[in-house]
Amino acid sequence: MEGPITKKRMRIGDIRKQTSCCAPKGDTEQKPVFYQESACCPPQMDTDRSDFIPPVVQTISSDWSLEDHLGQFRCRVSSYRNSYIVQPGLYAVGTPDNGSDVFVSANYKLSFDILRRSLKGINAWILVLDTKGINVWCAAGKRTFGTDELIRRISAVHLDKVVSHRRVIVPQLGAPGIAAHLVVKKTGFRVSYGPVDARDIPAYIAAGYKATDEMRTVRFTWLDRMVLTPMEINPVMKKFPIYALIVLIIFGIQPSGIIFKDALTGGWSFIFLGLISMLAGALLTPLLLPLVPFRAFAVKGWIVGMISVFFSQGIVRTTDRSLLLFTYIFFPLLSSYIALQFTGSTAFTGMSGVKKELRYALPIYKAAAAISFALLLISRLGQWGVL
Amino acid sequence: MKYLSSVTSLKFFAEKCTGCWRCIEVCPHRVFLMNGKKAAIDDIDMCMECGACMMNCAFGAISVDAGVGCAFAIINGMLTGTEPSCDCGGSKSKSSCC
Repeated sequence: MEGPITKKRMRIGDIRKQTSCCAPKGDTEQKPVFYQESACCPPQMDTDRSDFIPPVVQTISSDWSLEDHLGQFRCRVSSYRNSYIVQPGLYAVGTPDNGSDVFVSANYKLSFDILRRSLKGINAWILVLDTKGINVWCAAGKRTFGTDELIRRISAVHLDKVVSHRRVIVPQLGAPGIAAHLVVKKTGFRVSYGPVDARDIPAYIAAGYKATDEMRTVRFTWLDRMVLTPMEINPVMKKFPIYALIVLIIFGIQPSGIIFKDALTGGWSFIFLGLISMLAGALLTPLLLPLVPFRAFAVKGWIVGMISVFFSQGIVRTTDRSLLLFTYIFFPLLSSYIALQFTGSTAFTGMSGVKKELRYALPIYKAAAAISFALLLISRLGQWGVL
Repeated sequence: MKYLSSVTSLKFFAEKCTGCWRCIEVCPHRVFLMNGKKAAIDDIDMCMECGACMMNCAFGAISVDAGVGCAFAIINGMLTGTEPSCDCGGSKSKSSCC
């Protein structure tokens, strides 16, 4: 190593508590490197000076604390993920030296945590890019996990002074944001793409930095899909009280005023059907995805919604044909619309396909909404004795 | 699992390919394979338009209209008259520091 690297042990949780990433003026010597070199602050170190001190890096553990597990859980179920970040910069796992590998990651703490956990027993450097707290794949799609940021970060942490080799290992899913040939041109560092899944890193290293076809392929198992469903259900559930209120008002309105008893007896089954269709679109369709026929998500959601409504419509104890028709038109399409939103979370849907789906689905949704409203109106007017 | 067929905007220009293997390395759905000394498209319907191959092709042999395959983002784009955009890009991030 060309100079002593000072390490400071710190708990990961401490990093999040820092509100500012810029060092106070005149107090730069003792601060870790990320105080001095965030994305928005110009580097303050002059490497040409003879008294250059290489960056201070943090040594981090490859074990997860209870807090890390809790953090992962909160990220999977809530918007807590939006502020789950680590400071960009250079980190040490184990006791790396100038020959150790450099793994690149995002500053979404869960991405960072999964990487450091996969590096158990390995001495390595982790170079965290500023991806605004977004995971590697999504950030690569938005180019925040990108060529410019990687080039900037390599130079900001003086990676050429920290390691004697010239290779960084970038997760394969970071490739949509990184032009490897430009990185080597600008920094001298070659980009090796690691496996899709951080868990395969030890096997990738053991195979001489080669990933098998399997390691290079994105999987989308039922478990992968299941962990995504809470964040499909959450946004819909937030709107559910408004839906329930509208249903209660519609069924409560009588010529004599709003009758609370009628609102409940007439409305509860439709509140229940709303809940069923929501779960059909946001939970059942994602879970059963490969089993449901057809490739279009709108169609898959409609089928699951139709089956769910068929088995639960018995609770609507009515002989009113327009109300029954409304039930079969409105709820399966609600499920279809919600299922369509899952395209944003999958590992295999592309923009051209989703645009094609929307071209035929959106007019159907609009027409169905209008027809549903008309049927409901006819049904209500019939009940009030107007028709 | 496959999504809609014959929709992807992926285009491969074999005459520019030098057979460097990068596209085969980065594609998460094994769309490319080596055919002699050049790459070739194996199964185009597996493409999800992530753009990794185009980004890493130093020779301009691949073009794809890369973007987010997300209904919410595309509807958002339609409503605001802009490019498809969701809230996953950190635009609402509070991580601004200085």
